[in-house]
Amino acid sequence: MRILSLAGRRLAASIPTLFLILIGVFLLLQLAPGDTVDALMAQMGGGDAATAQELRKFYGLDLSVPAQLGSYLWHLVRLDLGFSSIYGKPVATVILERLPPTILLMTASLSFAFFFGLLFGVIAARGVNRWPDTMISTLGLIFYATPSFWFGLMAIVVFSVYLQWLPPGGFEDIGTVQTGIWRVLDIAAHLVLPTLTLGLIFLAIYLRIMRASMLEVLNLDFVRTARAKGLDETHVITRHVLRNALLPMVTLIGLQAGTMLGGSVVVESVFSLPGLGRLAYESVVQRDLNTLLGIVFVSALLVISVNFVVDLLYARLDPRIATEG
Amino acid sequence: MDLSRLEINRRTALLTSAAIAANVINPMRAFAQETPRKGGVFNVHYGAEQRQLNPSIQASTGVYIIGGKIQENLVDLDADGQPVGVLAESWEATPDGKTVTFKLRKGITWHDGKPFTSEDVAFTAMNMWKKILNYGSTLQLFLTSVDTPDPQTAIFRYERPMPLNLLLRALPDLGYVSAKHLYESGDIRQNPTNLAPVGTGPFKFVKYERGQYIIADRNPDYWRPNAPYLDRIVWKVITDRAAAAAQMEAGELHYSPFSGLTISDMARLGKDKRFIVSTKGNEGNARTNTIEFNFRRKELADIRVRRAIAHAINVPFFIDNFLGDFAKLGTGPIPSTSTDFYPGPNTPQYPYDKAKAIALLDEAGFKASGGNRFSLKLLPAPWGEDISLWSTFIQQSLGEVGIQVDIVRNDGGGFLKQVYDDHAFDLATGWHQYRNDPAVSTTVWYRSGQPKGAPWTNQWGWEDKTVDKTIDDAATEVDPAKRKALYADFVKEVNTELPVWMPIEQIFVTVITAKARNHSNTPRWGSASWHDLWLSA
Repeated sequence: MRILSLAGRRLAASIPTLFLILIGVFLLLQLAPGDTVDALMAQMGGGDAATAQELRKFYGLDLSVPAQLGSYLWHLVRLDLGFSSIYGKPVATVILERLPPTILLMTASLSFAFFFGLLFGVIAARGVNRWPDTMISTLGLIFYATPSFWFGLMAIVVFSVYLQWLPPGGFEDIGTVQTGIWRVLDIAAHLVLPTLTLGLIFLAIYLRIMRASMLEVLNLDFVRTARAKGLDETHVITRHVLRNALLPMVTLIGLQAGTMLGGSVVVESVFSLPGLGRLAYESVVQRDLNTLLGIVFVSALLVISVNFVVDLLYARLDPRIATEG
Repeated sequence: MDLSRLEINRRTALLTSAAIAANVINPMRAFAQETPRKGGVFNVHYGAEQRQLNPSIQASTGVYIIGGKIQENLVDLDADGQPVGVLAESWEATPDGKTVTFKLRKGITWHDGKPFTSEDVAFTAMNMWKKILNYGSTLQLFLTSVDTPDPQTAIFRYERPMPLNLLLRALPDLGYVSAKHLYESGDIRQNPTNLAPVGTGPFKFVKYERGQYIIADRNPDYWRPNAPYLDRIVWKVITDRAAAAAQMEAGELHYSPFSGLTISDMARLGKDKRFIVSTKGNEGNARTNTIEFNFRRKELADIRVRRAIAHAINVPFFIDNFLGDFAKLGTGPIPSTSTDFYPGPNTPQYPYDKAKAIALLDEAGFKASGGNRFSLKLLPAPWGEDISLWSTFIQQSLGEVGIQVDIVRNDGGGFLKQVYDDHAFDLATGWHQYRNDPAVSTTVWYRSGQPKGAPWTNQWGWEDKTVDKTIDDAATEVDPAKRKALYADFVKEVNTELPVWMPIEQIFVTVITAKARNHSNTPRWGSASWHDLWLSA
């Protein structure tokens, strides 16, 4: 159980980090010219100065910056994320509404990237410098170099406009009310293209990491031992090499859980998905400080918990970590 | 309709200086014989979500596109751009212009079943239009009270004369009525009804899923007979313009309003028989591209420099190569679509003349040392593709006469703050949105004494007593002919002094399915109630 206390200590250490991040973002946003009232004016197409002043009072912007920060942190300590100025609802509610599509998209594309990255990585490593390796590596490079918005748009043009196989956007069909398994299938159909778009870029990274790590492990002594005792190649790979080669992949997943949230702004916009990325983008443009800080808070929590799970996974994959500490 | 036809019509319109209302041959004429079909769902592209949906407290197209189908205004504009009663049946003003009486339609009910009365009008006017509504608070500044002698009569009393034609041109946008019984208690801005609007209009609000869609269904008790035709309207939130174009092509969207797609996609879909791409139905939403000069820079305070800058930019070249058919040469702050106030093109103009620009700059004493006379900071507004292109064009054009321009890009909030509050700009460029009467939208760009920080007002550090007087006289002039003449003087004066240059005129572009009927039939159709819109099979 050493690993648990280790992970627990890490968790405790991340709380001050969390507060520093929040204060940093708060102060950083003060540097951006304009506040939420300016953004609202921009959206309305004009208004007089008296209206603006009254709105500033309404949104609590007539207070000084330290007073605003203090009041925010005081609310946060009591687990109150505040009120969103663009949504007119508590931030916690706004974020909770947006969380399911984001998590669904994130898990789907991470799993997709992880699974196929692993598969192609292994195939490429086994046929290193032969045609499967060359083909996989080239494809990986293409996926990695292509901007995701372009990928998304092309996928819409091909699969939705020409072939009409999949819906071009949205989270579910609005025209008909669906329940149970039909609703699940409908949402799944809507998520195919965004998942592929978001997943392909990560797939490229995973397969390269997997390939390199496989090649490294394949040259280690214990692999030679395994081969020497007469195991067939498939067994060597699945039982001995794969497990050791997985460590860098798991590290990467922990790191990228955070990136996925940011990276999905583009994909969410292209496919009109109501996710956290778009919410964050909108809050920046609208200078909705509370919502943005709330998202930073939730994302940070997410990254911390994913890393916590990764720590536990390490121990499972490599028992030496748990014993050495 | 294809773009080449639009092209010809645009040229014709230019030559005859006719209103752009004639821009496109009426696409409805061919279908005049068809019988309207009931039913169907109309899917609308909704590009930027607003904070609320009640048009009584926020005047913007992003609110009208939804709230304008659910709530109704006292007066709207008809096909010829003339005021026509909606909730108001008739109106009259006393000769002194201080009292305007509206007779309201009988037998109208709110979507929740309560009757609509003059009490609602009085409450909305005094508490929303006068206090909260942007532009409304300026328009109704001198409104003292609204009397309600009976449920069908609302008498507006003003401290200073209110020109009836100004009020009637402003009310289509600034005259949406909200239900008193839903708003009388509590803070109006925080009222949950703002996100689930209740009105008297042809469509009833059903559901708003933030970030995804809004649904409104047919109001079976609507007061106009046999209206509306559609069963349902769905507004789909799609922030990515290219994705919205793809959804149009996939048949998931029927209508993208207010130039919601990219310029290239609009041109492309214009060649596709399944769509109609046109500026028709948006004449009431004309806008001009601007160059705003900061007079706190000594170079720009010199009128020769401002004129030189105008002469240095080849506007027709820019329009032909970047904006195409969706724009035309502008002649000043009042666009040619404004049939009531457009003074014609015979006001001081600044055609492209590079030699003259150089001569003016030399004359002003700003000699080129090493090819550079002085540097300017240009702040483009982030509202549209055209502004971004236009700012780059300004930069390159001015570079050729020895003025170095540095472009500083901001998002919406940042732009407004830096230009209209911090005055941290030398040149700024964005849109001036004309709202049917210069007193509503335009004169604040020129009248001195605007409070610091008020967006889209005179923050240039420029003051002209003559212009101020013309603006003030016109605002309270009750005689329509005299008002028009005063605004013609106004345009001449500001085109001479050039505190802001407005050389390009644009109208929003509509992209709509060819199946739609009775669409684009009023000058503010995107904002209108769509009670007569239907979809052919």
